[in-house]
Amino acid sequence: MPKDGGIGASSKRREDIRFLTGRGNYTDDLSLHGQTYAVFCRSTVAHGRIVSIDTKATADMPGVLAIFTGEDFKDVGGNPAGWLINSRDGTPMREPKRPVLAHGKVRHVGDAYAAVIAETYAQAKDAAEQVAADTEIEELSPIVDMAKAVANADNRVHDEIPDNLCFDWGWIEDNRAAVDAAIKAAPHVTTLELINNRLVPNAMEPRASIGEYFPGTGDYKLTTTSQNPHLTRLLVSAFVMGIPENKLTVVAPDVGGGFGSKIYHYGEEALVLAAARKLARPVRWTAERSESFLSDAHGRDHVTKIELATDLEGNFLAIRTETLANVGAYLSNFSTATPTFLHGTLMAGPYKVPSVYVNVKAVFTNTAPVDAYRGAGRPEATYSLERVIDKMCRELNLNPFDVRRKNFITPDMFPYATPVGLNYDTGNHGATLDKAMQMANVAGFEARVADSAKRGKLRGMGLSTWVEACGLAPSHLAGVLGSRVGLYEAATVRVNATGNISVMTGAHSHGQGHETVFAQLVSERLGIPESSIEIVHGDTSKIPFGMGSYGSRSLSVGGSAIDRAVDKIVAKGKKIAAHMLEAAEDDIVFANGNFTVAGTDKAKSFGEIAFSAYVPHNYPLETLEPGLEETAFYDPGNFTYPAGAYLCEVEVDADTGRVEVAEFICADDFGNVVNPMIVEGQVHGGVGQGIGQALCENTTYDENGQLVSASYMDYAMPRADDVPFYNVDHSCQTPCTHNPLGVKGCGEAGAIGSPPAVVNAVIDALHRGGYSHVKHIDMPVTPSRVWAAMQAK
Amino acid sequence: MYNFDFVKPSSVAEAVKALSDDEAQPLSGGQTLLPSMKQRLNAPGTLVSLTGIAELKGVKREGDTLVIGAATLHATVAKEAAAHYPALAELAGQIGDPAVRNRGTIGGSLANNDPSACYPAAVLASGATIVTSNREIAADDYFQGMFTTALEPGEIITAVRFPIPQKAAYAKFVQPASRFALTGAFVAQYADGVRVAITGASEGGVFRWSEGEAALSSNFSADALKGMSGEAEGMIGDLHGTPAYRAHLVGVMTRRAVSAAH
Repeated sequence: MPKDGGIGASSKRREDIRFLTGRGNYTDDLSLHGQTYAVFCRSTVAHGRIVSIDTKATADMPGVLAIFTGEDFKDVGGNPAGWLINSRDGTPMREPKRPVLAHGKVRHVGDAYAAVIAETYAQAKDAAEQVAADTEIEELSPIVDMAKAVANADNRVHDEIPDNLCFDWGWIEDNRAAVDAAIKAAPHVTTLELINNRLVPNAMEPRASIGEYFPGTGDYKLTTTSQNPHLTRLLVSAFVMGIPENKLTVVAPDVGGGFGSKIYHYGEEALVLAAARKLARPVRWTAERSESFLSDAHGRDHVTKIELATDLEGNFLAIRTETLANVGAYLSNFSTATPTFLHGTLMAGPYKVPSVYVNVKAVFTNTAPVDAYRGAGRPEATYSLERVIDKMCRELNLNPFDVRRKNFITPDMFPYATPVGLNYDTGNHGATLDKAMQMANVAGFEARVADSAKRGKLRGMGLSTWVEACGLAPSHLAGVLGSRVGLYEAATVRVNATGNISVMTGAHSHGQGHETVFAQLVSERLGIPESSIEIVHGDTSKIPFGMGSYGSRSLSVGGSAIDRAVDKIVAKGKKIAAHMLEAAEDDIVFANGNFTVAGTDKAKSFGEIAFSAYVPHNYPLETLEPGLEETAFYDPGNFTYPAGAYLCEVEVDADTGRVEVAEFICADDFGNVVNPMIVEGQVHGGVGQGIGQALCENTTYDENGQLVSASYMDYAMPRADDVPFYNVDHSCQTPCTHNPLGVKGCGEAGAIGSPPAVVNAVIDALHRGGYSHVKHIDMPVTPSRVWAAMQAK
Repeated sequence: MYNFDFVKPSSVAEAVKALSDDEAQPLSGGQTLLPSMKQRLNAPGTLVSLTGIAELKGVKREGDTLVIGAATLHATVAKEAAAHYPALAELAGQIGDPAVRNRGTIGGSLANNDPSACYPAAVLASGATIVTSNREIAADDYFQGMFTTALEPGEIITAVRFPIPQKAAYAKFVQPASRFALTGAFVAQYADGVRVAITGASEGGVFRWSEGEAALSSNFSADALKGMSGEAEGMIGDLHGTPAYRAHLVGVMTRRAVSAAH
């Protein structure tokens, strides 16, 4: 019998009522007295030296209030990378300054080098056009291709960085000799070169920011599309603008999707604050869709060679990878962590592989910055690994199900330390694989192949068994790995005098459903109806602190912080109850919303205790403060390790090469599940994005550094009819052993596990259809690529 | 978008007069013009809306000919042409999405002559006649290359006259992002022969596939085209397909259109 509330219930998403009825409150919905409009001048060339920007003509244009260029920010700080990565030789990464506005050089198409503030949006647009017309940029040779970038020491994105190399990272360097030796001695080595395609995040709501300055107090307020307002405040305060943290409020109201791209602080946020201070008026900016394409941090963009050494029965002996990771023109905040500690650490997957060595060279190019995008590094690792396993199975004529199963880390082996630095706490990969195979009716596959063939379609099945590390992150470990911040989460549970509850969380919901799920958590613990619990997020003036939402951390880290704060509420409630019931504190039991003296019928309801805390007439004032509000900071002991088995069936149109996903089956292990409906929705969304990456999304810069796929006319987003009805299960549960809820992250899983399942299925379909010469097709596996591969016999 | 003046005449004569201004541009459904204006890539001084002119709208049968007013919506064609020229109605019903089909017009599409648009294939394969404010133009003379037509400045399309074929069909392979035709084939069988028009594929815009026509005129079946494909030379090569791929699709989509023809 499904529950109708609390943990395990599919409570309807309370936030959807406002989203679906047009009552959401997004940054661009905010209208302020005296507001002004910012428009940015963006480079139309990939690489150029700014010779001059003449703003005189613009300054006299109607409505123009202020013009900013890089010169205005040359003395303020840069926007830093959040992780310091050291190269194999021990030297720290090269970290160029990322200014608010480009200064000296423009480094990618879309790089903002000036901004105009005007009374109206149209006036600001006109003025920005004039500034562009009065700007001279000397075009320099663009650096686009990563291999050429590192091979050419003379052509530099940043003049001070030779060979355009940010770092050359080895993980783990001590493994290298053993891996090299194992590969040399192995009976079989499968090699695969592949590209993990660059993705444009395409949040439905483009980035938007409004800066306000209050001269009377010297306070600033930034309303912005952020996944983590406290981090933005920290970066603006401590690094970029020097505004004291206590004088800056950052509010991220309703945010329409982020997928990683809104984790980061961007120059536009600093600009609207600087302009607001100068004008003492609100300054607003909302990206146009074209600006989003050009200036949001993109995702992925790896070129990888992976080698898998095995015996002839397919037992894994060693894995070695070499990757060029594009970081674009500047280091975005998480850009150095994504291809390293979110990627290299996952290269053993769910398998007991004796030795692994990962090498990643991060490369500057004249393209938009690249950073974490749903999955962030883990999809890249999973794709490389699951593709090379599939290729090995074909080379050795082995069954891909059997090969994965015999290499799985088995339940009795947990906790399991991998050769790439992680300590998996729990899992049961055989169970999820069994479940997926059962859901897929693997035995009936040959009949389905025959049925497809009757319709002129080649049918194939692809498997991906994956594990990921999320719930970012244990601060001590992150610190060892180079993080410059802690990655705990904070929560305050405020019981109001009338017994209802406000929960302030540092996690930020931009579509995930926190307002529903966190209320379920608190309801379960305190026996209070969900409708009496309010979740407050996205405002630094209301919330103690927070590190926001990304890395599938909201429930496992943010939810655990709430749980800990509830522990404190219950503990204090017991003290109050003990006093009121004239019993020993140790004899008080809290259950179902009542504090009871154990073994008696003496009880006080939660509401009575709350009231007493605020109207302390009968209260132990000598030993206990009034009020009922508790804050907890929770720092996780480890990552959480969700895992699963994904099975994809595709049909390939033999005439056109078009791939249709016929079936997609997910058997996931997310540990305990708080809201099954929301978990299923997260998996749907993640798999949708994974299918988009695998089949559709084609970010392309030409040799001049122009983004060719810069609009929806050319950038193919997956649409409803590109994806199948998903078959999703999360009944295989090995609860996380180290957080109080036993939960694992589910937000990125779909995007991590799905791309290789799709591509493996396409290759399988082609092999079954007689095109066994096709060993690999790079994503996106578009009709023209499939057709070309079929022809290349 | 830059500022512009807007006029909405109620007759063709008034529209022609308004368009005599060099800075004026006609606006029909605005499916191409308005996005380009929003991006400031196009800046007409005056937009002359053609959607308030009653004589430009409607679908009517005149003997063996279907006459469609230039300002008729795709959605209207999809519905009202179905009983007369089902292949044309089906083509109209596959253009864009519901929002596009309830704004875009046949005249706007033909005047723009996007090399990936659907309507030019139907018009050319049907040997239709483009009726304008001052003359009639045969389809074979009308399409003159990508975004280029026989229209003179200020000349307005008022209607399109389609001879109704015995059998016809349109088969479109969509470009994955825009869902315009990556390659679309319209096949129409008439008493005097078969016409095949291909859109989306060629750098020269919509064109008649003469080898396909010859093969089908003697044997109207998909088998007649077995192994045939277009010529890669002159085909569009872009993110979504090479010239060779498009040339291949010419054969595939024409075969599919023939199989579906009714």
